[in-house]
Amino acid sequence: MRPAATRRRIAVIALASAAAASLLTASPALANFLTPKSGGSPNANEIDSLYKIVLYIAAVVFAIVLGTLLYSVIKFRAKKGAVAAQIHGNTRLEIGWTVAAALILVALTVVTFIKVPGIINPPNSNAGIVLSASTTEPTPPNGQRLTVCIQGRQYIWRYTYGAGCLKNYFTAKLPYSYTTMVVPVGETVVLDIQASDVIHSWWVPSLGGKVDAVPGYTTYTWFKALHTGLFHGQCAQLCGRDHAAMIAFVKVVSAADYQTWLTQQQQQISSANDQVGQLRSYLSQNGQI
Amino acid sequence: MSATATELRPVPQIAAHEVEGPRPTKKWVEWVTTTDHKKIGIMYLVLTFVFFMLGGVEALLMRLQLSVPNNTLLSGERYNELLTMHGTTMIFLFVVPVMAGFGNYFVPLMIGARDMAFPRLNAMSFWLLLFGGIVFYCTLFWNPPEAGWWSYPPLSSIGFSPSGGQDAWIFLIHITGISSLLGAINLYATIVNMRAPGMSWGRLPLFVWAILVYAILLIVALPVVAAAVTMLLTDRHFHTHFFDPTFHGSPVLWQHLFWFFGHPEVYIMILPGFGMISEVIPVFSRKPIFGYKAIAAATAVIAFLATLVWAHHMFAAPVPIVVLGFFMLSSFLIGVPTGVKIFNWIATLWRGSIVMTTSLYFAVGFIAIFTIGGITGIFLAVFPVDWQLNDTYFVVAHFHYVLMGGAVFSIFAGLYYWFPKITGRMMNETLGKASFWVMFIGFNMTFFVQHALGLSGMPRRIYTYGPGLGWSTYNLISTIGSFILGAGILMTIVNVARSLKVGKVAGPDPWKGNTLEWFTTSPPPPNNFDVIPRVRSLEPMRDIRREVERQTGVRQKTGGSEQFAKV
Repeated sequence: MRPAATRRRIAVIALASAAAASLLTASPALANFLTPKSGGSPNANEIDSLYKIVLYIAAVVFAIVLGTLLYSVIKFRAKKGAVAAQIHGNTRLEIGWTVAAALILVALTVVTFIKVPGIINPPNSNAGIVLSASTTEPTPPNGQRLTVCIQGRQYIWRYTYGAGCLKNYFTAKLPYSYTTMVVPVGETVVLDIQASDVIHSWWVPSLGGKVDAVPGYTTYTWFKALHTGLFHGQCAQLCGRDHAAMIAFVKVVSAADYQTWLTQQQQQISSANDQVGQLRSYLSQNGQI
Repeated sequence: MSATATELRPVPQIAAHEVEGPRPTKKWVEWVTTTDHKKIGIMYLVLTFVFFMLGGVEALLMRLQLSVPNNTLLSGERYNELLTMHGTTMIFLFVVPVMAGFGNYFVPLMIGARDMAFPRLNAMSFWLLLFGGIVFYCTLFWNPPEAGWWSYPPLSSIGFSPSGGQDAWIFLIHITGISSLLGAINLYATIVNMRAPGMSWGRLPLFVWAILVYAILLIVALPVVAAAVTMLLTDRHFHTHFFDPTFHGSPVLWQHLFWFFGHPEVYIMILPGFGMISEVIPVFSRKPIFGYKAIAAATAVIAFLATLVWAHHMFAAPVPIVVLGFFMLSSFLIGVPTGVKIFNWIATLWRGSIVMTTSLYFAVGFIAIFTIGGITGIFLAVFPVDWQLNDTYFVVAHFHYVLMGGAVFSIFAGLYYWFPKITGRMMNETLGKASFWVMFIGFNMTFFVQHALGLSGMPRRIYTYGPGLGWSTYNLISTIGSFILGAGILMTIVNVARSLKVGKVAGPDPWKGNTLEWFTTSPPPPNNFDVIPRVRSLEPMRDIRREVERQTGVRQKTGGSEQFAKV
């Protein structure tokens, strides 16, 4: 065995380099080292603050456990003449730490249930925005929201805008888009999520938690964008060979820009539909289809 | 034998010899036809370590692919195959059976039995494991499965995974499942019926307790996954629609069935590791285990709760919020007995006379790493938080802290502890400690940053990612760490290979252990013991040393500092 001094020196070097490494990695250039992404939507922020409560408690528990462990391993090394204490247990102590562990978890449970409503219930949209309404999904208290239907398929996300998008999007000629979802800022957006082939998972971290898109089921979530910007997300459930390519963007714009975009998108879709219709009638006239 | 044959001998001389006719002369025939639990145990250990290497290479390939953004080393197809092979190999062909290997070798020795209850069944378990592994690895020459180790339908259905690889995966689950079930029944029967006289349940070594509970959990969980994969098989080939939504089947049904098995499986993998730690720490602290009853009870409670937490893998799936609440609470609950174990281990070290052997390094490293894994488990149990973390690299980090840092470090602690008993030779301690430090640093470098990757939005199982997402640095650190970790593991393998030839001769009880496996020679003779002592406490070897001291007046070494000055 090495002399104690060398051992201590090695320990100090190891600790110092570990500390340096953690400082380096914790630099602001690398955000989200310790906390989840948030800032885009109230539910993401609520999850973030719940996460931080868990993190603080966890850090204290970890420090105590690891501190005691390191202390015992260093302090109680076999020395000449040292005799190990022949202790078999201590009922009071053991009951004590069992109860303490349970109490921490009770506290976490209480905090979680206090936080849950803010995460699962959508708030009202900001005033002054054009809205659609329906009654099937979770709704904000005044019912005013924008519904967007999300359909996951290998390997792209499709978004249909407007109430009734689950049922009559075709007859109602609702506008749709792929990969990039455009939504107005400050409006509560309710998402109806489905999958047409395998299981996918909708996730834009800054706008809240993920929800699986499971064939045969409709799942729901919501977000309310707090500011304009472009948010990145991607499919979180292995869905096949190009799972990595199943990217999603949410582009948050002002209400006016949203209206403009919607009209534009609708025009493009109908003109494309017209072209397809013309091509189809041309081909069928020539007997090619 | 001398005239003092009635006296208690710490090392029995081998009086009994072969009772059968002449043995086959060829060595390999002897191995292939053996029913000796020790030989089967060794074959288990060797085979599972081979699979560990294969799974490790698969992991390193994936880490290489992810080291830089937009890497083209592997295609999405190859990557998915690798992640499926890696997960399946590590779980079904390494961690679960390696525990069966240790159990096979040491349960009979620790309870003072001469073999397992059903020696031929024991051989069958091993050969089924080998053939299950071969069936699975044969797919390398055709189409390996690519739907992940949990193979969620519809992705694993015939429409989206038409290749036979998926079927090979199903057969792997069946064949290794039967292997594990037979092994579990065997271990259970052995522990219940074949304990040395005087070894009541309150004197059962904690490793044996852990293996007992491991066996029970296997018996509870495996039939469920066997049923589930059979349903998948009939869905794929015989026109049933259990999981097919277009015929009102449900993909969520598979998730429930799979995780009802899958979560107990986690404890199946980690409980025997807990058992090893509970053996190693008291021996090297020269102290009795702190709170024996609490640890044994915690093992049983963990096993019970393990069957009630499965849906915490499904927090993002279509499951009602009440159910999420229930599974959050049950997952919290399982943290209590787990925490109790950690506290008891630390209390065992407390005021001990700690001998820092490599085995104890791994045990202490295990506690540190497993504590992190346990704590991140609490994060994931809070279901709203899980909505952010589920299916990201945070989860990957979490379960590698539990299974790589937890199970594998405890396996290494067990390996360094029991190697002298298995081979009769000591491992090199200097190389062992170096291996520990390299593994420990490599492990944390690989997996700690993965928490950050998940928190910054990187989903798991993606084969590539673009630059500018804030993931590149973490991924590079992780990849470098994984190769350091690999080097550390390699050092132990070199140590094993070297020590087999040149290791110091161990003698029957190099560590001054507490349990009966140290009462026989190293390696033990085929019949294990000539005399099985009457067990009077949890630490029969201590009693024997004390008794010898009393009868002969010669002070027995305690294995304290004087014993280990040069180890």
